[in-house]
Amino acid sequence: MAIAVKRAQLEEVALNEDEYRAIVRAIGRDPNDLELGMFGALWSEHCSYKTSKALLRQLPTEGPDVLQGPGENAGAVDIGDGLAVVFKIESHNHPSAIEPYQGAATGVGGILRDVFAMGARPIAILDALRFGPLETGHNRHLFHGVIAGIGGYGNCFGCPTVGGEVHFDAGYSDNPIVNAMCVGLVAHDRLRRATADRAGDVVLLVGADTGRDGIHGATFASVEMDERSAQRRPAVQVGNPFLEKLLCEACLQLNELDGVTAIQDLGAAGLTSAASELAHRGRRGIDIAVEKISRREQGMTPYDVMLSESQERMLVVVRPEAEAAAREVFDHFELHADRIGTVTGTARIRIRDHGVSVADIPLKALVDGVPLRSPVASLPDKQPTVVMPAVEEPEAVLLDLIASPNLRSRRPIYRTYDHQVQDNTVFGPGFDAALLRVPGTNKGLALTTDGNPWYVALDPYEGTRAAVAEAARNIVCTGARPIAVTNCLNFGNPERPAIFGQLQESIRGLADACRALELPVVSGNVSLYNETSERNIPPTPVIGMVGLLDDLSLRCPSGFKEDGDLVFLLGETREELAGSAYLRLLGAPTEGRPPVVSLEMERRLQAAMLDSIRRGVIRCAHDVSDGGLLIALAESALYGGHGLRCPGIMGSVSREAFYFGESQGRVVVSVAPRRVPELQKLMANHHIPLYAVGVVGGEDFQVGSDIRVSLDSLREAWETAF
Amino acid sequence: MRTGIIVFPGTWSDRDCAHAVGEILGQPTRYVDYREERLDDLDLVILPGGFSYGDYLRCGAIARFAPVMEAVTDFANRGGLVLGICNGFQILQEARLLPGALLRNASCEFRCEWVNLRVEQSESAFSLDSRPGQVLRIPISHGEGNFFADRETLEAIERNGQVVFRYCAQDGRVTAESNPNGSLSNIAGIANARGNVVGMMPHPERACEDLLGGTDGLMVFRSAIHALARVAA
Repeated sequence: MAIAVKRAQLEEVALNEDEYRAIVRAIGRDPNDLELGMFGALWSEHCSYKTSKALLRQLPTEGPDVLQGPGENAGAVDIGDGLAVVFKIESHNHPSAIEPYQGAATGVGGILRDVFAMGARPIAILDALRFGPLETGHNRHLFHGVIAGIGGYGNCFGCPTVGGEVHFDAGYSDNPIVNAMCVGLVAHDRLRRATADRAGDVVLLVGADTGRDGIHGATFASVEMDERSAQRRPAVQVGNPFLEKLLCEACLQLNELDGVTAIQDLGAAGLTSAASELAHRGRRGIDIAVEKISRREQGMTPYDVMLSESQERMLVVVRPEAEAAAREVFDHFELHADRIGTVTGTARIRIRDHGVSVADIPLKALVDGVPLRSPVASLPDKQPTVVMPAVEEPEAVLLDLIASPNLRSRRPIYRTYDHQVQDNTVFGPGFDAALLRVPGTNKGLALTTDGNPWYVALDPYEGTRAAVAEAARNIVCTGARPIAVTNCLNFGNPERPAIFGQLQESIRGLADACRALELPVVSGNVSLYNETSERNIPPTPVIGMVGLLDDLSLRCPSGFKEDGDLVFLLGETREELAGSAYLRLLGAPTEGRPPVVSLEMERRLQAAMLDSIRRGVIRCAHDVSDGGLLIALAESALYGGHGLRCPGIMGSVSREAFYFGESQGRVVVSVAPRRVPELQKLMANHHIPLYAVGVVGGEDFQVGSDIRVSLDSLREAWETAF
Repeated sequence: MRTGIIVFPGTWSDRDCAHAVGEILGQPTRYVDYREERLDDLDLVILPGGFSYGDYLRCGAIARFAPVMEAVTDFANRGGLVLGICNGFQILQEARLLPGALLRNASCEFRCEWVNLRVEQSESAFSLDSRPGQVLRIPISHGEGNFFADRETLEAIERNGQVVFRYCAQDGRVTAESNPNGSLSNIAGIANARGNVVGMMPHPERACEDLLGGTDGLMVFRSAIHALARVAA
């Protein structure tokens, strides 16, 4: 078959010749420009998951409480009282690399729409961010722009930004990672799926007018970046959080009406994707009269309109007799709505411009027909254990570590986010996990995002398992039981065997950990081609997790509470320093085997923790992670404003591994002296090693004769500005 | 206390205020649409926080022209109790119901954090239940809360005892370090001369439950209840 299309045209839509042939086979002819553009968008990596789909099938997605797994705008899980928690995490890396403020802002906007499209009121935002070192001006520009964009959107919209994480590594220079997670709540009977399953329904496009912004955004997110990427700036959209707030309130009111069939947000690949997916999920077709769509400027072609990624737009599908009621809602919020088409029984998407057919494609081919890619994978070699430098001056190391960009206080960042609006924030940002009240109940939702990039870089399988285990541990430290996972897989160019190998190993680790901890994956997103001028980002899986606390009065904080309380380390410390913040501080290369997670031990530790918290034995709990034991202890001291006296820590491992090693499956807890026997018994029952660390109290942080530093000096180091 | 909570396009503290006044304090509340023109059924009107009209222009500059604002002005002039919180404070200034202006924070950044406020006078309808010198812990959440007034206005506000709250340290000292946004004289909240209209940047509705970190904000709403009882008596 002749390829009746120029290579340049294929490059424009980022499809290859095989894919072009598949299109011709599917529709029985050469596609016209608009059709090719539509295929390019929906068959992009970003929309179609053509490289990751086969791997993602390994993930456990079911569970007794799962109401909606992957495939919808967001996942949903039952939390009792007739309520469901709805959540998803998504990347906006490519736009943020080009225009950090708007890239990050519209990332937040997009994930909010995914949640309220499900009928849920957004109650929290979290952000997982990675940047290059702030020593360079460009990385600083990206850092400040992204932080301002997240705050700018979330603060104006009125959804609290309650958590997340920021890491810095040279591997993210010029290619920052911006992942936004949104969590919402909805009554079961109001949970809405974006499925247009009734022919004859009316299709309304609501919200912003359609402009030329973001054309080819999905395609842009599916190719590597180079020096020409700056020219793609028009592919970055501009956000309007005020309009989004009105859209959200309108959608939540619509959700209460009879005769509303579906609500779908317009995200990547704009109207093409939204309309196609809506109709295809319902096994129906859709007709669109493209001239009915209000535009921001003159001279826009059907191609521009169908592929625009203008923000703050929703498709609403209603029964014809419900259109008037829907319009009343839009009028109340002064929102503009165009009636742009109808749902049909044809199983095709047909676009007409003033009555003339401009595109006519079977939906199955467009939405589901992309040939899956299975690139060659090469697996990283297991690295030998490295020789560790002995720690010379523990106090200086502690102060340097806690002042380092990856460990210092995040307050300068999160105080620019409204983390309290909606009056539900029990634990805000800065702790292991955020804790929110479920309004109208005495229940809490614990929320976190996690992913240590260095472990994953050393071993994608182990590192991803560690990310799941750490997220679950963070949730458990608040007293909540982890219930479900969302994930965002950020990787480089999968056409390179080493990168595809990372992806394959990481997903295998994700699947194994989620199975072992019985956590269904209910939503997620894959961001590939995070490559800039042939430099690939380190493999970066980010785990978003939600936990449920049945009784908020049982919540467990992260900071020391009472002088005289005894502090224990739960879990086992091994001679593990590879991938640690300590070695990075010493300037050692990232090599060796990262800490290994025993999921069996992790399960027991988490069960023991929940048991102890439920019985009120533990007064505070804090996960031991980046920086190791001394950093965890110092943080608990700083959170609570109480000093700590350790008589001296001795163990079967080297001093540096005990102080700064990052063995997994460990938690620091404080306990009132009279409850110690109970703690010992509980830990013995669950076979969890317990190590007495010291006593809460005083104005100093003291460890044997190695360290004696005042809490004030410790705080000063911790609060080093960015 | 029949309480009306005004909802402009872009308001988001409306639900939080209804939670505090309605659910926690058990007072009858209703939302007032920005297009409404009558407030006769109300004892207290709250202009809550948010980003009215996106605050893309000067904060509050558009909301001030919403139909309901004429009714709010009449209501205030007749002695009705009016509380503006954050964006609501900005709107009350734009409507000339309160003096001064709120500029961009001196840090040029949005700030969301708990602050300490010293009560300066307990005569206003929203500080009756406190005593001068008392320190309250209430959060702020704004990008433009930097109180400014020309010298004459500022002197008049101070002379008339219209300053209700000042940012302060934990022990009540008014210091530069405790000023989160650059406000002149650390001013966080002011009243009109009559004391029935108060605007404040901090969010008392966020400080009404121990679960959320403190209950000092209750004083503001309870004062209004007592102010009404006093009028009735």
